[in-house]
Amino acid sequence: MLEFDLPLIWAAIIAFAILAYVSLDGFDLGVGILFPLVPEKSGHRDVMMNSVAPIWDGNETWLVLGGGGLLAVFPLAYAVVLPALYLPIIAMLLGLIFRGVAFEFRWRASARNRVWWDRSFAFGSLLATFAQGVCLGALIQGIEVVDRSYAGGCLDWLSPFSILTGASLVVGYVLLGATWLVMKTEGELQGLARKFAMVSGVGTLALIGIVSIATPFLDAEYHHRWFEGGNLVFSIVVPVLLAICAAVLFLGLKRHHDIRPFFAAHGIFLLCYIGIGISFYPRMVPPDITIWAAAAPEKSLHFLIVGTVVLVPIILAYTIYSYWVFRGKVDKSGGYH
Amino acid sequence: MFDISALDLARMQFAFTVSFHIIFPAFSIGLASYLAVLEGMWLWKKEDRYIEVFNYWKTIFAVGFGMGVVSGIVMAYQFGTNWAVFSDKAGPVIGPLMGYEVMSAFFLEAGFLGVMLFGQKRVGPRLHFFATLMVAVGTLFSAFWILSVNSWMQTPTGHIINAAGQFVPDDWFNVIFNPSFPYRFVHMVLAAYLTTAFVVGAVGGFHLLRDKTNKHARLMFSMAMWMAAIVTPCQMLAGDQQGLNTLKHQPAKIAAIEGHYENVKGAPLVLFGIPDNEKAELLYSIEVPRLGSVILTHSWDGELPGLKSFPREDWPNTFLVFWSFRIMVGMGMIMLLVGLWSLLRRSQGRLYDDVWLKRAAVAAGPVGFVAVLCGWITTEAGRQPWTIYGLLRTADSASPLSGAEVGATLLAFILVYFTLFGTGVYYMLRLMAKPPAAARETATTSLKRASGLTGAPSTLDQTDR
Repeated sequence: MLEFDLPLIWAAIIAFAILAYVSLDGFDLGVGILFPLVPEKSGHRDVMMNSVAPIWDGNETWLVLGGGGLLAVFPLAYAVVLPALYLPIIAMLLGLIFRGVAFEFRWRASARNRVWWDRSFAFGSLLATFAQGVCLGALIQGIEVVDRSYAGGCLDWLSPFSILTGASLVVGYVLLGATWLVMKTEGELQGLARKFAMVSGVGTLALIGIVSIATPFLDAEYHHRWFEGGNLVFSIVVPVLLAICAAVLFLGLKRHHDIRPFFAAHGIFLLCYIGIGISFYPRMVPPDITIWAAAAPEKSLHFLIVGTVVLVPIILAYTIYSYWVFRGKVDKSGGYH
Repeated sequence: MFDISALDLARMQFAFTVSFHIIFPAFSIGLASYLAVLEGMWLWKKEDRYIEVFNYWKTIFAVGFGMGVVSGIVMAYQFGTNWAVFSDKAGPVIGPLMGYEVMSAFFLEAGFLGVMLFGQKRVGPRLHFFATLMVAVGTLFSAFWILSVNSWMQTPTGHIINAAGQFVPDDWFNVIFNPSFPYRFVHMVLAAYLTTAFVVGAVGGFHLLRDKTNKHARLMFSMAMWMAAIVTPCQMLAGDQQGLNTLKHQPAKIAAIEGHYENVKGAPLVLFGIPDNEKAELLYSIEVPRLGSVILTHSWDGELPGLKSFPREDWPNTFLVFWSFRIMVGMGMIMLLVGLWSLLRRSQGRLYDDVWLKRAAVAAGPVGFVAVLCGWITTEAGRQPWTIYGLLRTADSASPLSGAEVGATLLAFILVYFTLFGTGVYYMLRLMAKPPAAARETATTSLKRASGLTGAPSTLDQTDR
């Protein structure tokens, strides 16, 4: 029988789950962040919310798979990262509550109180996104581990770099959300969304540049990874692909393509994600814990992979089906409310 | 500052978030199945009232389910934030079970929830029913896996312990189907069904008190009372069986539930009392002779263990376990009473006539929630001082956190949960206060009736938003 490197396969699966989360929940969080920028009286907010109402729950489930999967197959990473990022993680969870409840509450409130749920939706989306970006930055900086346990303080995650990554993710999710709206809406709202996409597109690219320049100076390992040896190929290929995606994004927006900007924005995210993956590999929790050291025993990895191979394709199939049911442009009466 | 440790705060935080969370799934597991039954009946019998009652509860379900989802995401991370050592050690065993929960249950629910809530006009009725069914099945799968995890923590089997001190799966079948799992699973699913039944019964009763002829309220009330009459006795049997199982595997928990400090043959059933761990005795007790042994050993002279036969450091909080158990049983008695009462009235053909039965049903609306919470407190507090019974102490499971950060986030959770989920529960109650009526497009009769009243259609429009 073939020998599989199960920890590596699992690292790939978890990476896929987190990517799926970022791509999917990214745009509906972005829609939430954009809420205050759209006039309350215009009725556009209803359309914005209806565009994501049927699918946000499924999108967020990928986050649960990321967390649950980490506990299952990389318990050491889970046990070290969550206490280290305790405050931003709790902030993210609370943010997700603020926005999650707004989907239903907004329609249950009186017209006078509805604006409070608009605020809850926007605030929660912003808080959750920023906290996720901070977590990413803190992870890139590295986590201090002694004897299978987090050994740092409760504010180690806080640094100019993690604030930078937090802000970058906010701008990036806004780009995803804006291009989603370009795809799903029409008329005045679509015009607004194009403007938002344009601005956040420029912002995203600028911030990617700043983060990319800052990262190699955090740690000699990152510097080595990107500027020496065989990986130099990636250091050229990734930016070139990024430039192509950016071109498709801006041309698509300019020429009023509905769908292309959305996928171009996701292309940008995918490339950044690959870039982060190159920086991390083969470590699970920088700077010390590798994929293999963090992995659960063989039997756990084996037990779960059997189901994963069967279930994840099924999940993807009915997720696609659900998007298909709600395809096309949203209109105001799209909800059941 | 305060005389309270980071460990205590972490326990309070987990107890708070999990207690709040369980309220929503306890309701949505039952309600999802009820919705599936209603839509199935509609497809089968083609009577509008079924789909109208379905639509009435669907909206309420959406509000409750949303709160269950967001409070549930918190749980997926609280294991790691608050119980890092536990996660590192038990992750290889419980993690894959939770992974299966996510993949077989959460995605199924979430994937089809959108179609169920918003897709009625976009897919055919049969496909829509399929979506409802998948949501219901998803909630049951979820209960299956998470109760397997919890039961393994109560009665761990099928694992070995490796050099790093981690629990490592040895035999997955024995891990999943550990000795207490089948009992706990049945007991919890029935509890969820009863919780929902009593909410539905209360809403039906509430609207029948206003309008005895409301056919939608009648349908709800009748279905709920059938559940109360049939499922409550089943639940009592299931509870009895779980008690026997606990006696076998966690005798100290039984000793705390019963309030026994000494080993006794022919033990009495303690109805009330105040267990005092300091003095190691039960104060002010009211007892029924020998009944304790009869219930738990099914014999007149059966011996029941007392807490003193266990090391002092292994005792749970006896007061909490003792009283939460009694409240749960009390709730069960109320359910049984309402169920039998309804059976009597039904047999007389007066189910909808007895005003006091309807009032009782309204008052009994929340009993399921109280019973579920108290039952969980009994079993969880009864497991203490262990996270993995007999193998890993709670004190050795915690994350390396400071009291300040756990205290601050605990406060944040309390504020956010009470404000947001409190408002959500208020919205749900307001939806339930709206009388169930025929849909405006299909049922012309009720439209005619409504327009006979001055201003009725306009109020209908307003409340319908």
